[in-house]
Amino acid sequence: MSETVIKCESVYKIFGQNAKKMLEESNGNVDAKTFQERGCIVGVNNASFEVAKGEMLVVMGLSGSGKSTLLRCISRLTDATGGKIFIEGQDLLELNNKELIELRRNKMGMVFQSFALLPHKTVVENIAFPLQIKGTNTEESISRAMEMVKLVGLDGRENYFPRELSGGQQQRVGIARSLAVEPDIWFLDEPFSALDPLIRKEMQDEFLRLQEKLQKTIMFITHDFDEALKLADRIAIMKDGIIEQLDTPANIVLNPATEYVRKFTEEVPREKVLIIEDVMDASSKDNLGDLKVSKDEIIENVAEKILTQEKLVGVVDSKNNIVGSIKPSKIIDTVFGGRKNGN
Amino acid sequence: MEYLKKYPKLFQWLFLLIVFFALCFAIDVPETYKFIRGQAEFVKDPNQSVYFFLGKEVRYYAFDVFWRLPPLLGWLPIWINDSLFFLMNEWMPMEFWNEDTQEFKTRPLLLEISRNLTAFMTFLIELIREILLGGLETIVAFTSWDFIDAYPWLELPGLPWTIVAAGAAILSYKLSGKGLALFAGLTMIYISIFGQWKPSMQTLSFILVAAPLSFIFGLGLGIAAYKSKRVEKALYPILLVMQTMPQYAVLVPALVLFGVGDHAAVIITMVVAVPPMILLTILGLRAIPPEVIEAGRMSGCTNWQLMFKVLIPTARRDILIGVNQVIMVCFSMAVISAFIGAKGLGFNLLLALNQLNIGLALEAGLCISLIAILLDKMSLAWANKQTDYFGNLTFFQRNKNVIFFGASFVIGIILAYVGTFIFKGSFNYLFEIPHNKGISTADFWNKGVDWIFDTFFVYIKAFNTWLIQDVLQPMRALYLRMPAVATLVLAVGAGYLIGGVRSALVVAALTLFIALSPWWDRALVTLYMATFGVVISCLIGFTVGTLCFQNKKSAAFMLGVCDIFQTFPSFVYLIPVMMLFGITDTSVLIAVIVYATIPATRYTIEGLRSVPVGLHEAATMSGVNKFQRLTKIEFPLAFPHMMLGLNQTIVFALFMVIIGAFIGTEDLGQYILKALSDKNGAGIGLTLGICVAFIGLIFDNLIRTWVEKRKKHLGIA
Ligand SMILES: Nc1ncnc2c1ncn2[C@@H]1O[C@H](COP(=O)(O)OP(=O)(O)O)[C@@H](O)[C@H]1O
Ligand SMILES: [Mg+2]
Repeated sequence: MSETVIKCESVYKIFGQNAKKMLEESNGNVDAKTFQERGCIVGVNNASFEVAKGEMLVVMGLSGSGKSTLLRCISRLTDATGGKIFIEGQDLLELNNKELIELRRNKMGMVFQSFALLPHKTVVENIAFPLQIKGTNTEESISRAMEMVKLVGLDGRENYFPRELSGGQQQRVGIARSLAVEPDIWFLDEPFSALDPLIRKEMQDEFLRLQEKLQKTIMFITHDFDEALKLADRIAIMKDGIIEQLDTPANIVLNPATEYVRKFTEEVPREKVLIIEDVMDASSKDNLGDLKVSKDEIIENVAEKILTQEKLVGVVDSKNNIVGSIKPSKIIDTVFGGRKNGN
Repeated sequence: MEYLKKYPKLFQWLFLLIVFFALCFAIDVPETYKFIRGQAEFVKDPNQSVYFFLGKEVRYYAFDVFWRLPPLLGWLPIWINDSLFFLMNEWMPMEFWNEDTQEFKTRPLLLEISRNLTAFMTFLIELIREILLGGLETIVAFTSWDFIDAYPWLELPGLPWTIVAAGAAILSYKLSGKGLALFAGLTMIYISIFGQWKPSMQTLSFILVAAPLSFIFGLGLGIAAYKSKRVEKALYPILLVMQTMPQYAVLVPALVLFGVGDHAAVIITMVVAVPPMILLTILGLRAIPPEVIEAGRMSGCTNWQLMFKVLIPTARRDILIGVNQVIMVCFSMAVISAFIGAKGLGFNLLLALNQLNIGLALEAGLCISLIAILLDKMSLAWANKQTDYFGNLTFFQRNKNVIFFGASFVIGIILAYVGTFIFKGSFNYLFEIPHNKGISTADFWNKGVDWIFDTFFVYIKAFNTWLIQDVLQPMRALYLRMPAVATLVLAVGAGYLIGGVRSALVVAALTLFIALSPWWDRALVTLYMATFGVVISCLIGFTVGTLCFQNKKSAAFMLGVCDIFQTFPSFVYLIPVMMLFGITDTSVLIAVIVYATIPATRYTIEGLRSVPVGLHEAATMSGVNKFQRLTKIEFPLAFPHMMLGLNQTIVFALFMVIIGAFIGTEDLGQYILKALSDKNGAGIGLTLGICVAFIGLIFDNLIRTWVEKRKKHLGIA
């Protein structure tokens, strides 16, 4: 288990005048309805989780479910009403203003849904902005910003203004800006939601490529379940401020914890999400046929081969050791099973 | 009955109008009623009634309360005067150290503050003025008169006009490019050659103090209001009133507080110029998307960095409009404050107008307008300036502007020195061309005016007579014929129909204030002139705007024209109309119409432009022709914005009507002008100003409320 970078313990965020008092009175049992009757809106309700170094946690939920609010608490753009948040073991809520600014200048980067670029600055000036705020001199910050421009593939457009760029290009600038200070922790609040589907897919692929290279600790927010499945190491599903389930994509698809989560998983093509390891039988390794498949293979890619077999199919790891087996009928179960249960 | 159900509002309005006219006919004009001596006029007359309030005696002509309300607020101006006097001369006496006599002296706090402020402003103005024109006040300020007597060469020499012209051109080039540089150079040369150098530099030094100070204060207070709800709440009503307060009216209290001179003019200019700056700063900051602010904070901005590197640059557009307004107001005030002793072009302009020397007035007006346009364009270019990080520049390229300025500085001095030999004994034209010693076209213009008068006299006179006798006088009589109660009912009813009880109460309060002041009749005359101006301005503005909108280029061109016209100080508008129509109400009304047409045109174009392009295309696809598209889609959608234009048109018209008092009208403005020369005029001037402001606010409230509702209804709020 690698080290924990972000840790939340019973985080609450309640909007309204007497939020703090009402939260204390409720003893941690926050009911959104009763709060609303008394003029308070519950943004985040008792969120506890950890994010490990280099991990990508995707927070998924419909609009208004409190995802952004949760992220704002962790970046302390707003102060949580209750609970504790630790960043690399430091209590975030204990930091004074100066320490907080230092933390943001060196450790955190954030990307916004509406790009939030500064309209009066060019691409390269926007990217250099966090560096210049830190006090880096102009020459160094501009040359560093130019590296970032190349990284996100905007070479040749460094002197454009945001208004002269397409949405996808603007978000590349947003990404470059958030990476300019080489942060360890990377927050992305629905970065691709405002983009067209084709561009979105392109940006997702590129984002994965970047992450492969950079290995940041990431909290990624989306309202798109497919996007979550595609990117996440783990997914947190939120509803009305409550984290309904937090697990790996496979576990969420296979074992939805609540009815709400199951509804999302229903339409998901499992063969595209699950890998062989998620569905294999690790206990029986005998009576195998000739075909062997890798445990990391996505089901869709090998389904056809497996289905032509009659015997058990062996599952191997990267060193070609047999780690389990899979029955051809299991594939059919997996692909159609969930939906049958639902009806 | 069916109609009634279909258009309930229409019938409510009809009902209101019926009540209004019924009241007008039911209440007779009292036999003793006569305009001018209608209300308290501060003359003693045995026919007047008297009442005492707060120890003040108020005299007035009593009428039936349905016809004219008694001036229950008549004590207010007197009370304001007494309070001001008390504050200045008796309130909070304190010990202050006196440098000259080297001892403590007891003085009222406000008087001391006023003195220090005066000294500070005077110093700033003199400093800039003497850099431009030369003089010794600045040195004296640091030393003493004795010191100067001992070292008489210690006088600031002033810059030769060549250097100032070159400096202006180089600065313009750096900020914007060749076009502006050429304009700056030509403007300066024009000013110099036409012998307007000294007054122009006096005006410029006034502006260079007033505009930056107004900008800084406006921005600062705007930021404070953005950050604190409480500050905003405290500022808001003042801002509202100041927005519609005619600039004349604030002169009088300034006179009492700060005396006569350039410093008083600067202070009063700030009072007028700061409110729009504050409003636009708040507006701009409020409109910033929250994510941009969060992006700034996540970049690790301190509060200070957030404000000055993220928020203010992002709100740049609105803040720039604010700067534009500040400059506009400053130039406007540069003329108006000549009434309280500000030196410069404004003084010359007023003097020339007073002597009916249209040619001279025209020259001064042109100078002041050119400088206004130049400063406006320069401030705009400055805000839009970009840095180039990648150009690999040599030392010369990087510093070429400084080098050029250095060079022209040296050349200018050499030229001026050479000039002392060329123009021996007479004026050194290469150093400073004295006032009235340059080329003057005044005679030409005056002859032109005479020619126009001689040639077209018959037509102009006929038009004038027709307008005054057949249109203006009857209209004025109609307005004056309205009983106070009928007017109140109309105003309050309109408020209720448009905005419900809240609006009705606001409008009622504002109208009552005017009705209970001693100047109700005057207010009606002001209103009649403003109405006449506004109606015609709107007709012209909406037509011109709509026509120009048909073509992208002409629309942009028209907006540019509006920009330039808006930069002209309001007094300048009086020059050409006086040329044609002399000293009559017609002149004032035409100036009102020209001035107020600017916002009407601008808002029409902007409103039509803001209609989403998608709708145009959808309309074109469904086979609508151009005219139908205009009437069925564009007008309804642009209408709310055009109504905001109407709002501005009313404010502009009111301002110009009040300024028209200079030519001689019988409205509130006339009394404001009178108050200027009355040593007890402060209270009167202020109260009159508030009356005008309230007329503006009544319409402002009604129009804004209506626009908001309409926008919500159309879903474009
Ligand atoms: N500043 C605020 N004041 C009051 N309520 C807020 C505020 N910000 C967010 N909310 C409420 O909190 C809930 C969660 O909002 P948000 O976190 O923005 O949702 P999401 O990002 O998942 O769409 C919403 O009901 C929203 O109305
Ligand atoms: Mg959100």
